[in-house]
Amino acid sequence: MPDEDKKRAAHRALVDRILGGEGRASAEQRARAFANEGLSTPLDTLVGKVATRPARVTAADLAAAKASGLSEDQLFELVICAAVGQSTRLYEAGLAALAEATAGGEAG
Amino acid sequence: MRLDILNRGYGPATKLLFALIRLVSRHPVPDAARIVFYRPDFYGDRAKEFTHEAMRGPSGWSVGDRELMAAYVSKVNESAFCVAAHTATARRAYQDGPMVTAVLTDLESAPVREPLRATLRMLGKLTTEGELSAEDMRRVLSAGVSPQQVKDALAVCVAFNITDRLADAFGFEVLSPEGFEAGAKYLLKRGYR
Repeated sequence: MPDEDKKRAAHRALVDRILGGEGRASAEQRARAFANEGLSTPLDTLVGKVATRPARVTAADLAAAKASGLSEDQLFELVICAAVGQSTRLYEAGLAALAEATAGGEAG
Repeated sequence: MRLDILNRGYGPATKLLFALIRLVSRHPVPDAARIVFYRPDFYGDRAKEFTHEAMRGPSGWSVGDRELMAAYVSKVNESAFCVAAHTATARRAYQDGPMVTAVLTDLESAPVREPLRATLRMLGKLTTEGELSAEDMRRVLSAGVSPQQVKDALAVCVAFNITDRLADAFGFEVLSPEGFEAGAKYLLKRGYR
């Protein structure tokens, strides 16, 4: 297997596990956190910050999500899904730009 | 860390391991290392595999280059823990602290090879803006970076966009300079697995 495939395969295995495997948060909620859409307040605030302004996340954001009824294990999973989701979109955007830049030549 | 389970939710074997690491290294176990031990089947096992492959797997980039990319992406994300951890690791890998500092202070004037500079610029833009054009990528390729090196750099960027977010969201505790040095030594010796 080419090395770049090994890197992407390892990333894919992580994505598949957190979205499709067993979890304390529902698969639907994990998918929403991954996509950063369709979540209700205050979880949407926390997930939105993790995805787009991670340095702005505060203890209060986590506390608010906890006070809304989510367990710490669910928050652990949903924050991970948000982080991996945004990073996956970056991966895809970078690879798509590379494919376009090399179109007709070496496949990207 | 901001979730109690990440501070206290480990089994006896893991607690013993943390105690041993503390004893041998004479530094607390960094939160970045602790988190992969929490319910490792959910995140840690596969995250370690991916990060190790990106940072230590076969690549046209040296280990120092990849650690510098990790530090640079973390700086763009303003992730204090990861900036310090990977600055220390890059300095040690290159045996060149001033160059690493220069890149993180001002990429454009830093004494660094053009292919690496163009790649860091591209990773910074992707991280900040969430998108890149084909033109952005052509600039990197014309600086002498191969498509394979671009892919390898993207994998590093992705791994650290994940870790930076977890560090900031869960509140990884920033270590002493000696603690980060010990971590850097470990990462160069053992990697991320």
